[in-house]
Formats: sequence, C-alpha cells, structure tokens
Amino acid sequence: MDNRRSNKKAWFFVLPVVALVAFNAIIPLMTVVNYSVQETFGNNVFFWEGVKWFEQVLNSDRFHDSLGRQLIFTGIILSIEVPLGVAIALTMPRKGVWVSVCLVFMAMPLLIPWNVVGAMWNIFALPDIGLLGYALNSIGFDYDYTQQPLSAWFTTILMDVWHWTSLVVLLAYAGLRSIPDAYYQAAKIDGAGAWAVFRHIQLPKMKRVLTIAILLRFMDSFMIYTEPFVLTGGGPGNSTTFLSIDLVKVALGQFDLGPAAAMSLIYFLIVLLVSWVFYTLMMKNEGQ
Amino acid sequence: MNKKYIVPVIYIVCLMLPIYWLVKMSFMTTNEILGTFALWPKEITFDNYIKIFTDPTWYNGYFNSLTYVGINTVISVSAALPAAYAFSRFRFLGDKHLFFWLLTNRMAPPAVFALPFFQLYSAVNLFDTPMAVALAHCLFNIPLAVWILEGFMSGVPKELDETAYVDGYPFWKFFVRIFIPTIAAGIGVTMFFCFMFSWVELLLAKTLTSVAAKPIAATMTRTASTSGYELGLLAAAGTLTIIPGAFVIYFVRNYIAKGFALGRV
Repeated sequence: MDNRRSNKKAWFFVLPVVALVAFNAIIPLMTVVNYSVQETFGNNVFFWEGVKWFEQVLNSDRFHDSLGRQLIFTGIILSIEVPLGVAIALTMPRKGVWVSVCLVFMAMPLLIPWNVVGAMWNIFALPDIGLLGYALNSIGFDYDYTQQPLSAWFTTILMDVWHWTSLVVLLAYAGLRSIPDAYYQAAKIDGAGAWAVFRHIQLPKMKRVLTIAILLRFMDSFMIYTEPFVLTGGGPGNSTTFLSIDLVKVALGQFDLGPAAAMSLIYFLIVLLVSWVFYTLMMKNEGQ
Repeated sequence: MNKKYIVPVIYIVCLMLPIYWLVKMSFMTTNEILGTFALWPKEITFDNYIKIFTDPTWYNGYFNSLTYVGINTVISVSAALPAAYAFSRFRFLGDKHLFFWLLTNRMAPPAVFALPFFQLYSAVNLFDTPMAVALAHCLFNIPLAVWILEGFMSGVPKELDETAYVDGYPFWKFFVRIFIPTIAAGIGVTMFFCFMFSWVELLLAKTLTSVAAKPIAATMTRTASTSGYELGLLAAAGTLTIIPGAFVIYFVRNYIAKGFALGRV
C-alpha cells in the first residue's frame, strides 16, 4: 500500500462515496446525539438534559443484562463457528467440479433474507411439526424453544451456526487455496505430520483471512436483530433479548427517545472500539 | 469417492435440511402442515405459488425488493470504483482515516439508525420509495464495495497505469477501456456482495417503506399478523426469496471465496 504517489486531486475520486455515506451516516448520527442529551414531551419541544440518559442507561440492570447476553452469545458463536469453519475448509476438495458444487451449496444460507431464516427455523424447531424439534423430542430430550430459555438459546445458536459458518469456511478456503503446492511438497520431504503442516504452513497463511472472518462475524453477531426477533421474539421472558432487540423495544415500542439514543451511542462505541482493535491488528498483519 | 469428503458432505446435508423443510411446506396446505408431522407432502399442491403469482400485493413485493437491490448495487459499485482506485493508487490528506471512517459505517448497528433514518427520509420526501431503501443500504454497501474493490485493484501492477500514461491515453479513457476490464472479476464479486447484503437486510427496508415500496420480506411479516398464520403461503414466499440468491451464486461461484477475503488473498 505504500509506494503510492501523492496526489491531492485524489479527493475528487472519493467525493461521491464520502457524500453518499455522509448523508446516511452523519445526519442520522447527529440526530441520535441530539436526542441523547435532551428530553421531549412531543410537539418538537426539547429540553437540555446533559448526560442524564447516559447515566440512566449505564446504571440500568436491563442494559447490563442485554449486554451480558449479547457478549455471551457473540462469544459462543465465535468459538463454535471459527474452529468449525476452518475444519470444514481443510477437508474440502481443492480441484475439480466438486469445488463449485460445494461453494454453491455452502453459500446458500448466506443469501436468504434474514427474516426468512428466522421464520424457517421457527417452524423447523417446533416440537410438534418441525423436523429438529420432533427429532430431539423423539430421542428423549425435553425440548420446546417457545417455553424453555435453555432450548431457546440452543436454537438461536444453532441457527446462527447454520447461517454463518459458511462465511468462515469460504474465507478459510480462500486462504488455503493461496498456498503454493511447493510448500506441501517441502513439508512431505521433511516428514512433517498433518498437525505440523497445519500449525506451520496452513495456519500462518490463513491468519489474515481469519482476522477478516472474526471481524465480520463479531460485527454482524453483535448487531444481530432480525433472526432472533423472528425466531423467539426475544423470549421466553427476556432470555434471548439481545442488545439490538432491546434497543428497538425502547426506541420504537416505548418511544423513549432519550434513553434509546444514549443506548445507541454506547452500543455503537462498543462495536467501534472492538472493531478498531481488530482493524489495527489486520493492518499490522498486512504490513508484514 | 474419497473418505475425506464425508465432512463437507455431512455439512452440506445439515445446511440443506431446514431449506428442505421450508420447500416441503410450500407444497402443502396450511391445515396439512399444522395437522401432523410429515417428512414429505402427501398431496402436492401448487395453490400457494398460484396465489403469490396472481395476487399483486405479493408479487409487487418481489418487484420492490429487486428494484431497490438493483439501484443500490449500481450506485454502490459506480461510486466505489473511483474511490477504490484513489485508495489503492494515491496518497492524499487523511486517506487512512477516511478508509477507517468508511469501515466504521459497516459496523453501525442498523437498529441504531432505524429511527433517524425514518425522519431523514421523510424530510427529503423519499419515504416509501425504492430509492430511499437503495440510498439507505449504501451506508453499509459502499464501505464494503470500496474495501473489496481496493483489494482487487491493489492486485493489478502499477506498471499498467504507467504504460498507458506513457502511451498517451487520457486518464478516463484508460480507466474505462483498460482498467475496468482488467478487474472485471472483482467488480462481479463486489456486485454480488452488494446484492447479497441489500437483499437480506430487512430492518431498514421495513422502516423506510409502508405501502408503495414494501419489500417482499415485509409483506411476509405483515401477512402473518393480519390473516392468522398462513404457513403454506409463507413457506412458498420464503422459498421464492431463496431463488434470486441461488441464481446469483451460480454465476460468481469461482470468485465467491476470493471476494469474501475482500480481494486480499
């Protein structure tokens, strides 16, 4: 990236992008900031409130609970999807027609609208008429995701693994394909075992794409809304009310603009902070 | 067949099970679905599909969705092309910060923006038009498009630009006639991703439309709540939303993996 020419006119090249994104990002963001420090009783009359909403949100048990659930959820799905995706990518064929077949089938869940994914799993997991629920109950599990929090969590996680593991597979596979055959031949001559090949050849080569995979999965799972909302509606009780479900409840359900805006900003800052750490890591990798 | 391929085969079978369940239900009547547990439909019925193809509120949903997805893809890619070129070839004031700022918008939770978006697009009189959704989806598709295209462009040696310059090509002629065809694969992948993320997103699309531009996904949720659960119909509509995606994957299958790695492999 760094033997680029200096060119001040380059700003004209990026102007359309900046204009379009700024229109969508800065104006709404400023609206949110405005709401977050004011109180309103309707009629477009606003009163200055300072940091009251931020204090209220940061001290509320409700926010702590949904943030906690969100962190646990993101942690669990990352620790399942990343190793599983790498394992599947390692076993995929490298050449021939089967590569295309695998890729097409594996990419399918990624292209289904998110509410259809939710609706699909909603029925698929029903204990009486859904394949998953019926099968689990008939082999002796007491499973009903509409009643039991544990089952609801299991279903939500399984759905996310079903939906997004393919993303990790495709990324890891792209990384694996960029390893020249000569590396494997050298490893064979040296008598390296499968684990040594993975540890010293495949994993280092996949490091960069895996960082992207983890970054994308972190961002998207942390922002997850539609699928769990359609699947469980945040229930039973509040057991699967993740951060953005809670936020929409506060903002559109109760129309508490101030607290909702403050919550939005805190939420955005958390995503931003973690993503910045990942981004810095990624750029450092690229520099090497 | 090699024993090793058992893992991908099992994985694909697991992926297909919920999809099969949806497709199966789309060929059954709602009563039959709710009545008993059945692995396949006893009597195949096409009523659900006939209803969707003859009822304008249903098929218009598909047109609306495809319209805003199409507009969004065109806007995102054509705005991102020059920007990605600038990021990949030039150094300029604030370039790294700008690049990260663009990415931060990919990270903005749509739930955060739902309400202000509604107000913004109402204020500029675009509410309930496909254009509103297409522009709103630029928020996360443009950063992604710039990111992917920049990766592909950085893979093209700079000597190409310099040779064209020495040969006396004016810049725009070089860009359109030589550079764009060189990264055609990258553009294809980028379009695929813009299509994908715009097609699957619902929260913003639903917030920004009410009647005239209602996307198919929103039609599904609203029908479910007004006329009770018409499961067969919903399953048929859901099945039909998978088809455009499957069609697009087939065309870009060889570039998908590379595009997911954002051109940086």
